[in-house]
Amino acid sequence: MNAHLYLWLIPLLPFAGFLLNGILGRRLPKWLVTTVALLAPLAAFGVVLNAALGVFGIIPVTIISLPFTETCPLPWINAGLLHVNFSFVLDQLSLVMLLVVTGVGFLIHVYSVGYMGDDKGYARYFSYLNLFLFFMTVLVLAGNALVMFIGWEGVGLASYLLIGFWFQKKSAADAGKKAFIVNRIGDFGFLIGMFLLVANFGTLTFTEIATKLGQDPGWNGGVVTVIALCLMLGATGKSAQLPLYIWLPDAMEGPTPVSALIHAATMVTAGVYMVARTHVLFDHSPFALSVVAIIGAATAIFAATIALVQNDIKRVLAYSTISQLGYMFLGCGVAAYSAAIFHLMTHAFFKALLFMAAGSVIHAIGGEQDLRKMGGLRKKLPVTFWTMTAAVLAIAGFFPFAGFFSKDAILYVAFLQGTNGKILWFVGLLTALLTSFYMFRLWYLTFMGESRSPEVHPHESPWSMRGPLVILALLSVCGGWIGMERFGNFLAPSVGVLPTEAGNMRLEIILSIVAVLVALEGWLIADKLYRRKPARPAQYAAALPTGYKLLANKYYVDELYGAVVVKPLLGFSKFVLEWVVDFVILGGAAWLLGGIATFTGAILQRWQSGNLRSYAAWLAAGAAAVLLFLLVPWATVLAGLTAIHLGMAGH
Amino acid sequence: MSSLFAQEVPLSWYLLLSAALFSLGVVGFLIKRNLITVFMSIELMLNGVNLSFVTFAQQWHAVKGQIFVFFVMMVAAAEAAVGLAIIIAVFRARATLAVDRIDLMKL
Repeated sequence: MNAHLYLWLIPLLPFAGFLLNGILGRRLPKWLVTTVALLAPLAAFGVVLNAALGVFGIIPVTIISLPFTETCPLPWINAGLLHVNFSFVLDQLSLVMLLVVTGVGFLIHVYSVGYMGDDKGYARYFSYLNLFLFFMTVLVLAGNALVMFIGWEGVGLASYLLIGFWFQKKSAADAGKKAFIVNRIGDFGFLIGMFLLVANFGTLTFTEIATKLGQDPGWNGGVVTVIALCLMLGATGKSAQLPLYIWLPDAMEGPTPVSALIHAATMVTAGVYMVARTHVLFDHSPFALSVVAIIGAATAIFAATIALVQNDIKRVLAYSTISQLGYMFLGCGVAAYSAAIFHLMTHAFFKALLFMAAGSVIHAIGGEQDLRKMGGLRKKLPVTFWTMTAAVLAIAGFFPFAGFFSKDAILYVAFLQGTNGKILWFVGLLTALLTSFYMFRLWYLTFMGESRSPEVHPHESPWSMRGPLVILALLSVCGGWIGMERFGNFLAPSVGVLPTEAGNMRLEIILSIVAVLVALEGWLIADKLYRRKPARPAQYAAALPTGYKLLANKYYVDELYGAVVVKPLLGFSKFVLEWVVDFVILGGAAWLLGGIATFTGAILQRWQSGNLRSYAAWLAAGAAAVLLFLLVPWATVLAGLTAIHLGMAGH
Repeated sequence: MSSLFAQEVPLSWYLLLSAALFSLGVVGFLIKRNLITVFMSIELMLNGVNLSFVTFAQQWHAVKGQIFVFFVMMVAAAEAAVGLAIIIAVFRARATLAVDRIDLMKL
């Protein structure tokens, strides 16, 4: 018998924190705000951990067989044939995801205490952060697509609120709007996908869809492809993939811990999670799978090239995030869902760490984000330096850091998928080279050499910030040691086994060595350009002005979208607002009402001539009419007329 | 009784006279331009009505008709007093009594 897991507590605890700090936060003392804000995710993490210990059999009393479902006893939607319940599901997939979300989430909450300590909106910040955790855990726990959609939209809302947290700054407010609007496009795809699910399967519950797909081998391509592509559109919006990635770099306007939590570790991976959750649909549509793989690979290399030349430390990391998410989709696209989730997990560790270390740097040197003004921070910020080094090694894919295992698993599975798979593998490998290069570029520019802003006196961050850095650094080092095979076997009941039938141990080891060599090459190039010959980058940029400009301006995609989508849409909206709505509808209605009144008035005005004799004439005419009415025996007249009429009809 | 009056004047003659007086009043009321003439036309209409009242009173030997005539004459007198006062006020203000030029209420 299954023990009670109290899954509903996982989202509800952060929600309580949100309500408390959101409503009363201004009036509560700061220590209480902090306590509430930290206890909520910690307690949620405790609940998850309790479940995890049960699942792994560490607490034998509460051995749990997965999947474990908790459904709200009250029905939620009963409309015709459609029945949707508010249900949470704990399986291997959501358990891993929950551990990451609440665990990393809690660490970032702790970090935020130090980072946001002096901000006026302290309570507001933590209430939003707790709200985000609420929606994110709903998204992860969702047992059907509609509950997932609630979380999906909710994290979008929290992301919007937190990107625009410093809404007095116009760029921050604009970035929030951009993120929200671009995500709408993706959400549109998700919604259409759900409608199609209801129309074709009559259910939104993931397990039921899987069952129905399994029963009938006829489900292949066709409508399944359309559904999968619609869901993928949703995923590209949320997870910042081509062509909807444009909001993520701008989202860096938010506070850095937010970038770490929402725009690196958790929310942006929701798209990957959703594809893994609905993987049966993708498995039945090879076309949709290859679309996912191509989008992932294209995004990975595309974003990596942009990251090469960015000078804002957070923007480099933002493009790096897009690129790494591309890896995850590449993994999904070759049906290596567990590898994608593995990379999601390790990425959550090292990317959150990278952002938080970057935040520590920014915090230390007084809000400066420009890499060109940093340098030489190695001695001043030792903890930040060493933790960031671990993260850089992890993301570059060096053995035995976390990123090595997960990235390698994705590339290995891609390599096994025939000729096209080899192309994907090569693109991934090239991306790994670029990744290693731009990460070490960032590392050199920030920590090595001499300070380029000698007037600044950096100071190491408080312990509330250093503690999470150290923990995440340990995870970035050790997070991959669980190994792809064990991790894949654990996830197999949820997302299927890795398609590695064609592979063997030797090939895997060779590919791993190649990947590490490529990463090493990236490091060496960065070392040459940014340590040994620091004048070279500028020379290269001058030698290739077109290429450099193209990258520095991010391929002009923002400008392209501005010209092709935003401008016509804005023009059309203005036309609708100013011409159709304002002039035709509102103006027309006012004009019509006024016109009717004027017209009637003009007619009735003749009556009220002010001329005494016309009044007199009307009076006389009225009297005459009354007389006529009273004196003429109308009944007789009518009867006579009828008789005549009938008489004529008789002839 | 002399033979000249031996034959009574028939009822219809009175009524025709009454109707003629009333109609003249109406026509004058409608077509005359001078306010005083219009006013006099109203008196003419009242008197036309009075005539038919007394005619019927005589015919039916009912005194009610004559009482009504007194009422009408009294109202007419009051009306004449007020009406003439208004006419004088109008004349003072506008220096004219032409009905179609007293049109301040027109838009």
